[in-house]
Amino acid sequence: MDSEKINQLIKLLNEHGLTEIEFSEGDQSIRIKRQSSSPARTTFLQPSPSSGIIPPESASAEAEVSGHRVRSPMVGTVYLAPNPEAPPYVSLGQEVKKGEILCIIEAMKMMNHIEADRSGVIKARLVDNGTPVQFNQPLFIIE
Amino acid sequence: MLNKVVIANRGEIALRILRACKELGIQTVALHSTADDNLKHVKLADETVCIGPPPASASYLNIPAIISAAEITDAVGIHPGYGFLSENADFAERVQQSGFVFIGPEPETIRMMGDKVSAINAMRKAKIPCVPGSEGELDNDDKKNLKIAQKIGYPVLIKAAGGGGGRGIRVVHSEAALLNAIAITRSEAQANFKNASVYLEKFLTNPRHIEIQVLGDGRGHAIHLGERDCSMQRRHQKVIEEAPAVGITEKQRQHMGELCVKACRDMKYRGAGTFEFLYENGNFYFIEMNTRIQVEHPITEMVTGVDLVVEQLHIASGEKLNYKQKQIAIRGHAIECRINAEDPKTFMPSPGTISLYHAPGGPGIRMDTPIYTGYCVPPYYDSLIGKLIAYGETREIALARLRNALDEIVIEGIQTNIAMHQALVRDANFIKGGTNIHYLEQRLAL
Repeated sequence: MDSEKINQLIKLLNEHGLTEIEFSEGDQSIRIKRQSSSPARTTFLQPSPSSGIIPPESASAEAEVSGHRVRSPMVGTVYLAPNPEAPPYVSLGQEVKKGEILCIIEAMKMMNHIEADRSGVIKARLVDNGTPVQFNQPLFIIE
Repeated sequence: MLNKVVIANRGEIALRILRACKELGIQTVALHSTADDNLKHVKLADETVCIGPPPASASYLNIPAIISAAEITDAVGIHPGYGFLSENADFAERVQQSGFVFIGPEPETIRMMGDKVSAINAMRKAKIPCVPGSEGELDNDDKKNLKIAQKIGYPVLIKAAGGGGGRGIRVVHSEAALLNAIAITRSEAQANFKNASVYLEKFLTNPRHIEIQVLGDGRGHAIHLGERDCSMQRRHQKVIEEAPAVGITEKQRQHMGELCVKACRDMKYRGAGTFEFLYENGNFYFIEMNTRIQVEHPITEMVTGVDLVVEQLHIASGEKLNYKQKQIAIRGHAIECRINAEDPKTFMPSPGTISLYHAPGGPGIRMDTPIYTGYCVPPYYDSLIGKLIAYGETREIALARLRNALDEIVIEGIQTNIAMHQALVRDANFIKGGTNIHYLEQRLAL
């Protein structure tokens, strides 16, 4: 795995405020973990140190990682496994068919299955277990 | 005081709510659709949650998304603003059932005032004068309905019980047209409000629209904050509002205010509210009550010195009212122009990027707007992009300041109704004051 890809992943990690990101390509996989002990901030805190006009969003690192993003269709809390004891629904490098369950999003005490909207290989997981997600937030990258 | 509040709205009112929350040290959560992540209040909020795609039905009207957003941010209260879900009793109920504070009245109060027929019945019981009408919804007895209309006297208005805010209204000038008009209004009401119930009201020929602002603490205490004149309307949408109303005496103000306050006490009204009246020949006639903060609330704030949104937050926190009636005094005069992103001739919405925005300023000028240079007005929502408010010790001074501010303000890149406002503030009849609800449309037709 080249260092440029690793840098892109680190950028992704920081941009989305994650504590951990896993990525696989072919038979290689990598996991990058944040070392700090401070609690992970939510993905939607907007830093606004200045009161001036915010320039339009520049292309983020995410755009450089190819693949189809599976996005959250709702607001809620994402869970990666059917229950805390069970293994996660999918793992990196796993091939999934369209319609397969990738994760659960819980909203207002109701569990909603989130299905793959196309077939392919799970290339990256962009959310941590038990964290809040907003509408349209990318959850997985499938290629 | 509430610790964290979800702002379940957009545009200028969301910014207004954010400012009040910040003043009180309340943490803010801005909910927005994917089309609104560049809104000013979204950039200023402590936390933001994208709740859906652009269409309001999937975002700002999406009850599960809004409540879910309050859950994941661990918010305490939800402020609905105006429009959208602010007068949706089911929403208020679900908010409370989910364990959050709904910043507004109890669901049952919203329900009662939301049905215009039950609202009128409640006001009659409270001895508040209403427009002569059918005094209840119409049934399907054609003969009976013809008799009712005859008794009221033509022209009559057919109004949808589930309507409000100027929607679901049809004028009938003669008996020949009545039955067809009722049928059409019913089917429109069913389509728009899922409620085919209609009632009749006498069509007043030259009324002014005068409304009274109230605050209630939910425990039987209430005060009024005087009246606003909102007669300058186009197609039932307010264009210019002012406080106080020209020609209304202090005696009339206190008399009507006290009637509204008593009605609030009786229903233990909680939060901010407005009683709307038609005023003709010295008589007030109740038409409806709005159980939310209104667009034109700033003019009442300017002439009373009371911050209504801050008061909403105090009341929602369970506190007593900060003001006694005798502390409320009307001082000076305030006028508000609603600035819309619209074609000046056709009044069609004019979305697009604001290439240059320059704010007006000076003594007594208040500009409530979220726009900035480079902001893109989306095409999915209503066209209101700001409110220009002028205050002066007298109406003449307020008008002069308003004229100056309208000449100073610059909005380029989109079309607006600023030119129309510049013409209206120089209109001889508007300057004289007391024009009725038909005046603006008559003038625009010339």
